[in-house]
Amino acid sequence: MSFQPVKFYQTGTLTVGNRLLAPDERSVQANQMRSNSINSGHRACQGCGEALGARYAIDAAMAASNNQLIAANATGCLEVFSTPYPESSWQIPWIHSLFGNAPAVATGIAAAMKVKGKKDTRVVAQGGDGSTTDIGFGCLSGMFERNDDVLYICYDNQAYMNTGVQRSSATPPAARTATTMPVGPEPGNVFGQGKNLPEIAMAHGIPYVATATVADLRDLEDKVRHAMTFRGARYIHIFVPCPLGWGAASHDTIRLARLAKETGIFPVFEAEHGEVTNVLKIRHRQPVDEYLKLQKRFAHLFGKNPHLDVIAKIQAMADRNIRKYKLLNEGEQ
Amino acid sequence: MEKPFAITLTPGTSLTNHTGTWRTSRPVYLDRLPPCNNACPAGENIQGWLFHAESGDYEKAWHALVENNPLPAIMGRVCYHPCEGACNRGQMDSSVGINSVERFLGDEAIKQGWKFAAPAAASGKRVLVVGAGPSGLSAAYHLARLGHQVEIYEAGPFAGGMMRFGIPKYRLPREVLDAEVQRILDLGVTLKLNSKVDDIRVSMQAGKFDAAFLAVGAHIGKRTYIPAGDATKIVDAVSVLRSMEGEDKPMLGRRVVVYGGGNTAIDVARTAKRLGATEAIIVYRRTRDKMPASDFEVEEALQEGVMIKWLSTIKQAGEGEITVEKMALDEKGYPQPTGEFESLAADSVVLALGQDVDLSLLEGVPDLEIKDGTVQVGSNMMTGHAGIFAGGDMVPSERTVTVAVGHGKKAARHIDAWLGGATYQPTAKHELAEFKNLNTWYYSDADKTMRPQLDIARRMSSFDEVQGGLNESNALFEARRCLSCGNCFECDNCYGVCPDNAVLKLGPGKRFEFKYDYCKGCGICEAECPCGAIKMAAEET
Repeated sequence: MSFQPVKFYQTGTLTVGNRLLAPDERSVQANQMRSNSINSGHRACQGCGEALGARYAIDAAMAASNNQLIAANATGCLEVFSTPYPESSWQIPWIHSLFGNAPAVATGIAAAMKVKGKKDTRVVAQGGDGSTTDIGFGCLSGMFERNDDVLYICYDNQAYMNTGVQRSSATPPAARTATTMPVGPEPGNVFGQGKNLPEIAMAHGIPYVATATVADLRDLEDKVRHAMTFRGARYIHIFVPCPLGWGAASHDTIRLARLAKETGIFPVFEAEHGEVTNVLKIRHRQPVDEYLKLQKRFAHLFGKNPHLDVIAKIQAMADRNIRKYKLLNEGEQ
Repeated sequence: MEKPFAITLTPGTSLTNHTGTWRTSRPVYLDRLPPCNNACPAGENIQGWLFHAESGDYEKAWHALVENNPLPAIMGRVCYHPCEGACNRGQMDSSVGINSVERFLGDEAIKQGWKFAAPAAASGKRVLVVGAGPSGLSAAYHLARLGHQVEIYEAGPFAGGMMRFGIPKYRLPREVLDAEVQRILDLGVTLKLNSKVDDIRVSMQAGKFDAAFLAVGAHIGKRTYIPAGDATKIVDAVSVLRSMEGEDKPMLGRRVVVYGGGNTAIDVARTAKRLGATEAIIVYRRTRDKMPASDFEVEEALQEGVMIKWLSTIKQAGEGEITVEKMALDEKGYPQPTGEFESLAADSVVLALGQDVDLSLLEGVPDLEIKDGTVQVGSNMMTGHAGIFAGGDMVPSERTVTVAVGHGKKAARHIDAWLGGATYQPTAKHELAEFKNLNTWYYSDADKTMRPQLDIARRMSSFDEVQGGLNESNALFEARRCLSCGNCFECDNCYGVCPDNAVLKLGPGKRFEFKYDYCKGCGICEAECPCGAIKMAAEET
């Protein structure tokens, strides 16, 4: 009889940790001694995806840089909930300047480190989708174009949550925000606008671009670790659900991120020098309804008179991602 | 502190901000009862021993297993594994092959010579166990480990009871049985063979026993009246299977008809096949879905060429042939005669219609209640007569080895308490770990490993064991398919997924703790716990 492969670990790398793996094969987050770069006591909402994504990413960057890390932070939820003066949750050197200039500040830090001969000190810049795709976009594009030695991390929660859920250029079509009302024949945010920043970053030809979600920790950590092996401008776009702004249950944060990936709504991939090198395949494909119906920002699409046409358009977007990035395993097309 | 220009406040950490006050419900760790454990008649902690097997520590796994059941190599062969029927993984792909891992551990223990942990300090109490079947052996084992002096009186020439005289060799090789019995005797249990107890009170008095556990089994084959000519050979299944253990194998002829639909009927038909019968036909009055025999045994028998005549009863037995009447199910599902007859060639008819208990040793014992040929016992396994306990096939129950082993354990605990003048209080059961409590996303996809089976040709001509065992690598694979329902297996998910860093990891084997000063009660840990070991509880106002 044929035997199953011996390496089978009950939960594999799907869970955060795994007692059956050798210690060096385990995740940074499973480590009792992880740096907890953003510590308890921060004022993020219950179930905040951004707080979680930031700890995942920065802890991994800390581990990859031997704890020699400086972070520049744009204005946004992450900055406001972590550091209401004079108190801070950050346990790493961290600076906040303006809403739009985090990439430029990081560039300056990187230059300063170079001048001081501190080659081993690495720099990250981070912000939400507002500061990344809208307000700080010029600075970011410049940072990419100059290929400055900075890892920029965008925590994408798809709107300006801190100021009361206003639309950003990362807000998806049909989503209700304070500035895109659920009325009219095509309610919510418009179709066909907005920016796909990972692709814009790739168009700059920078060494490394990746997307990730808070639902796939091992993938996220691996991308941060890999990004830290490059010098020059790097960009990681992390999908972080927002219970408050999306009108979702606080316990569904990871579930929503997982569904975004499993529906094809958010393609998870990595690219080097403008070329896609790797995609995270869909494991159990789901229709987009499963993702949409958990969120009140899409509630107007359901109910007594569902907007089936709008849902179909969102499904078509997901299907396009699946085709474009080849998100299905062989034989599942 | 000297402050820089325009700075008025001293910087500090967010740890002074106790966000736990926001909480309306709090996560709590709990152990839920895995459905396998809940379904096990022997009360095994299956999830518990699989946990050790998952990391490849088979010795520890075996020790955890024998805390409840001293016969894993036997059980891994003959148990009808209700655990697998209840297994939550069955709703994902297919249930965990618990039974095959149990057998692997049992075989490994025999191979490696693992021994039971030493008994507790001697209590000075003496307990008589009547019958060395699964129930008696189980009770003897548990009583011995609790420090009591145990003697088993067995009427037959060998230990094992129905495991030896009822279950054919191709399902349970005798070396396995002998090895597991010997290990129990090595604990200091005395076994007296060929010692039939005629009067329990006399035996107890003579041996100065403080209590007795009766497990004499059900060895008398039930008969039914079939008009028959002198030349027809009608025997009962129990005697056929029993005589398989002796020198003279039963003479059943070439065409054997078995009457009945239980596991014994299947066993005897398969045995007849192996003895050289060209035809082994089971005559059963109802349909396959109503048949009490377990499904996989029916399947194996059919593979071996055993034929089954459904909806038939035997009306008459003549020389070389029998007459059967066809039945039809009425609307209630009961078989009714149709008046249609046919004849069937048969050299012998074996009756497998159930067994009765020989209760003669209890004659004259006061305060006993005997109903439908079985002894009635309380929830503590004690008969109406103080100090006399009973279990196994002689009390009302499902008659399987596993149930018998469970009775033995339960009785031992109550006997132990009774001897000390106390009452045994079983610990309260945890709430059941249901499929809806799990987050199955986190488990690797993996189908069940099938055990190798002996070739059909060899099965039909020999008494070699039909079911093979797993090897080390696929036993490990199978163990790791366990979902660990309701019991933390330290996957670190709660520790990882908390946005507030409010979970403390205590280290290997010590699990986790919530930092309620900072936990905001978002519930992500509960939602993302794969095995359902976290529950959200409303916060008191």
